[in-house]
Amino acid sequence: MGLFSKEGTFKVLFFGFVLGVIFWGGFNTAMEATNQESFCISCHEMEENVYQEYTDTIHYSNRTGVRATCPDCHVPKEWIHKIIRKIKASNEIYHKLLGTIDTPEKFEAKRLQLAQNEWKRMLGTDSRECRNCHDFDSMDFDKQESRSSDRHEEAIDNGWTCIQCHKGIAHELPAGYDPADDTPGGEEEDEEKDD
Amino acid sequence: MFKRINQKALFTRSITIFLLAMTAVMFSSAAMSVQSLRGDSALDNKANKAGKHKIATVEGGIERSFKLQPPMIPHTIDKYKISLKGNGCMKCHSEKAYKKEKAPKVGDSHYITRDGETLKTISSRRYFCNQCHAPQTKDNPLVENVFEGI
Repeated sequence: MGLFSKEGTFKVLFFGFVLGVIFWGGFNTAMEATNQESFCISCHEMEENVYQEYTDTIHYSNRTGVRATCPDCHVPKEWIHKIIRKIKASNEIYHKLLGTIDTPEKFEAKRLQLAQNEWKRMLGTDSRECRNCHDFDSMDFDKQESRSSDRHEEAIDNGWTCIQCHKGIAHELPAGYDPADDTPGGEEEDEEKDD
Repeated sequence: MFKRINQKALFTRSITIFLLAMTAVMFSSAAMSVQSLRGDSALDNKANKAGKHKIATVEGGIERSFKLQPPMIPHTIDKYKISLKGNGCMKCHSEKAYKKEKAPKVGDSHYITRDGETLKTISSRRYFCNQCHAPQTKDNPLVENVFEGI
């Protein structure tokens, strides 16, 4: 009888609910713990290289005191994209164990490849993480320098995305990399439009 | 007798006043002539705060005062670094980027080495832009400048 009686069904539902809350809550809490800056820089690879560079930039320290921490840019906010990124991050644990970038020299040698991975990811999502805070619709072009507002309007018209121009804004650019090679716009494209 | 005493007292008093006045003048002139650069504040006080200098953004750039003057920088530069790894100024001012970014191009002379060879990238002797080019603040000059330009 037990389980199939009215009382039994109630008990199963109740305990299922309680266990669900505990497991789901625990899972989410654990995942959120890995979404803290303190977790990111608990690895010396992150703390000694990219974090130090980032402390010099406007995303770390600025007039109004609003900060973008590591996960704000590097981990998506929406749950499903977040989970996918977290699963992909297991590769980072593997390379942490291998010690792929455990010295500044090794990191510097790999920097171009690592940067390109992240640029590619951002390009693929139309700079989703940038746009969590920076929104074209909320930009007051009158408050920008005319050169910036011209470029931003050009970007809206052509459907460019943040990362195409804004590379190396929170971390140093890889040595020898010239962002002008990849930045969209310029004469060639203007000529194509005229045709 | 009464009169004599009075005269003597008057004399002593005037001498005292004169001496006091002299000391006062000496001390005050000493205090005025010797003043440290940190101002009139006592040693155990904090010195006067230096004023804040905000870097000026000038649309269209700042005009040169004479023909060969290195142009001054009309924007903030704290976002751009010049290091062994890269030169942040070249993000916009390089041969490749200046048209896209509508920025002034680095002068042709900056690509020539000391041996007269023309390079594709900026010559190392011109690498440190802010040795000659400097951003400007909108402060009132401490001393009047009568230079009119050439």
